Amino acid sequence: MNIPADLKYTKTHEWAQFTGEGKAKVGITDFAQDSLGSLVFVNLPEPGDEVACGESFGDVESVKAVSELVCPFSGTVEAINEELLDAPEKINEEPYDAWLIEVSDIGDSEELMNAEEYADFCDEENA
Amino acid sequence: MEKKTPLYDRHVALGGKIVPFAGYLLPVQYTGVIEEHLAVRNEAGLFDVSHMGEFIVEGPRALENLNYILANDFTSMTDGRVRYTPICNEGGGVVDDLLVYRLSAEKYLLVPNAANRAKDFAFIKAHLLGGVTLTDISDSVAQIALQGPCAKKILLELTDEALLPEKYYTFTPEARVAGVKCLLSQTGYTGEHGYELYCAAEDAARLWDALLESAGEKLTLCGLGARDTLRLEASMPLYGHEMDEAVSPLETGLDFAVKMAKSDFVGKRALESRGAPRITRVGLKMTGRGIARENCDVFLPNGDKIGHTTSGTHCPYLGGAYAMALIDVEHSAIGTKLCVNVRGRLIEAEVVEMPFYKRA
Repeated sequence: MNIPADLKYTKTHEWAQFTGEGKAKVGITDFAQDSLGSLVFVNLPEPGDEVACGESFGDVESVKAVSELVCPFSGTVEAINEELLDAPEKINEEPYDAWLIEVSDIGDSEELMNAEEYADFCDEENA
Repeated sequence: MEKKTPLYDRHVALGGKIVPFAGYLLPVQYTGVIEEHLAVRNEAGLFDVSHMGEFIVEGPRALENLNYILANDFTSMTDGRVRYTPICNEGGGVVDDLLVYRLSAEKYLLVPNAANRAKDFAFIKAHLLGGVTLTDISDSVAQIALQGPCAKKILLELTDEALLPEKYYTFTPEARVAGVKCLLSQTGYTGEHGYELYCAAEDAARLWDALLESAGEKLTLCGLGARDTLRLEASMPLYGHEMDEAVSPLETGLDFAVKMAKSDFVGKRALESRGAPRITRVGLKMTGRGIARENCDVFLPNGDKIGHTTSGTHCPYLGGAYAMALIDVEHSAIGTKLCVNVRGRLIEAEVVEMPFYKRA
């Protein structure tokens, strides 16, 4: 299981990478893509949409199931990774390159885990 | 507590991702649904379908009983043939759909869905006319499905060509594959050429191992996930989705297996009084961005609701999202533009021909 040390993590298996003042990219983790299986569809918000802390901002779908994407902070969608709309399999291939949205004006935030804490969290979920 | 099939230890040892399904612990996937799906379309896949039920109906009045309890007509059937049939309830809805194998004039094998096994047994028993015995042999039988264009070649390594059933929906009652005695039929639930092998539970692991060993890389282990995407891509109905106790077989497009000309069968009167179906099963191709799953409402472009989806997914071989739906007959023509509500978003769809996938 790949868990980069420089990212922050949520209990719903998203990662966040802070890219500047009040700004971060959000994606799903290696653990998430592995348990979902091959992804075939991504539904993302539009740039300019508001996202709320702990709320769904879209979903990813495998052939088997739909899984909600949860934003760990409130803010405004600055950009979306449009490449994924036609190539959702990139999330399976490179989960930490395949960011989903970039959020700016971050306000409220969930408590995020560091890599070590997240690794323990995944071990517990697997147990 | 879920039951284990005779191949459970193999699934665990081979890395299958085990889930509970219809009362059994079965692999939902091995390496991935898409990979497994494509392997069946392009080469061959191996499935444990031992959860399926097996009943024997035997006695001098076997044919008469089957013709009364089941919707299809078995009169013209000969030994070694297989026929698909719904079982109707008294209201004209569907109790289950199953395969009927004629072993002899007085002995038939019935293959019901795993989830309906107890219900079907009770229903058939309650409607028997006499002169037959009904026996549930499910627990002593294992069933393995070998599906895909390489299936025949794989079997030929392990059995005589003379023992292979030549035509679709025929079977060899006492074949030997890798020395294991089995009933070998040319049937399946994938839309692909292939076989289903019924053997004694205690021989299942030996047969499974022999198939894998002999076929090598040509054969991919498959789980329930690929079984479902394959049957949907081939537009094959699934009980509990495209039909249930309320939906009639005529509404879901199974009229080819309902013989209204028979003098009587359970549900016939109700089907007559229900009249011409007002809803019908259609195939939808999602033309907008999104995947419709089951139970999404279907609308006309003007906003009128005309039905709901019964199954839907991304079809890996065709490379797009497809669904089946039960909708008003008057809007079911091929090419009709519709909308499907997918978790609050209206996605455009079009009525297309079924099956979505048909092997060349």
